[in-house]
Amino acid sequence: MTATLQEFLPDSSFLLDQSAEDWRQAIRLAGEGLQNSGFTTAAYTDEMIATVEKMGPYIVIAPGLALAHSRPSAAVLHTGLSWVRLSTPVPFGNKANDPVSLVIGLAGRDENEHLQVMSAIAKALSNPAAKDSLNDAQTPEAIRTILNG
Amino acid sequence: MNILCVCGNGIGTSVLLKINVEQVAADMDLDVNVTTSDAGSAKGTANQSDLVLTSPQLAAELEGVDVPVETIENFMDQQEVKDILEKYVD
Repeated sequence: MTATLQEFLPDSSFLLDQSAEDWRQAIRLAGEGLQNSGFTTAAYTDEMIATVEKMGPYIVIAPGLALAHSRPSAAVLHTGLSWVRLSTPVPFGNKANDPVSLVIGLAGRDENEHLQVMSAIAKALSNPAAKDSLNDAQTPEAIRTILNG
Repeated sequence: MNILCVCGNGIGTSVLLKINVEQVAADMDLDVNVTTSDAGSAKGTANQSDLVLTSPQLAAELEGVDVPVETIENFMDQQEVKDILEKYVD
């Protein structure tokens, strides 16, 4: 699992304690992380924003958490994720779960390749203690260690 | 029980939901088969499942399917998932 996390969430995917003015900028940061790691081209960022414009803020799937993503496309070079922790939470227009403080960017070539990493993330984020530790973690390495369980 | 998890693109939120539904079902000792789909194609395949789970924003896209559609606000809240599954256990 350690190797998988390193592959799908390398240091270059993390933008910790950044500020964003609105949800679009927050998604842009997630796109930046994906691009920094070579997972996507710039076009994917626009596709992630278009997904929310078209289908609404359903990507805010839990209090404070947005899973920014679009569908597999030519803009996805490799399957991978980015991790954006916002210094000030921003609203996405999702009544139940706003405001968002963590944006996880996801670029997938299919629905299976990222399953292991998604399982690790689901496990950590559904555990209140692990979730708190993720908020306080200072480095990408510390975050990966928490996700490792 | 066959459960279909639906999201906008079929690769992100529905996959996370599937992971949590499988976890909750295992804790409840329930035998479930969980699949994922995007909202566009879900309308065609939904009737092959016993229950459809999705987010409130996407429920409108599933209007007209013959099986129950339940919405979930917090995909990471295993209790919310459990409360729904309990309604469908014999």
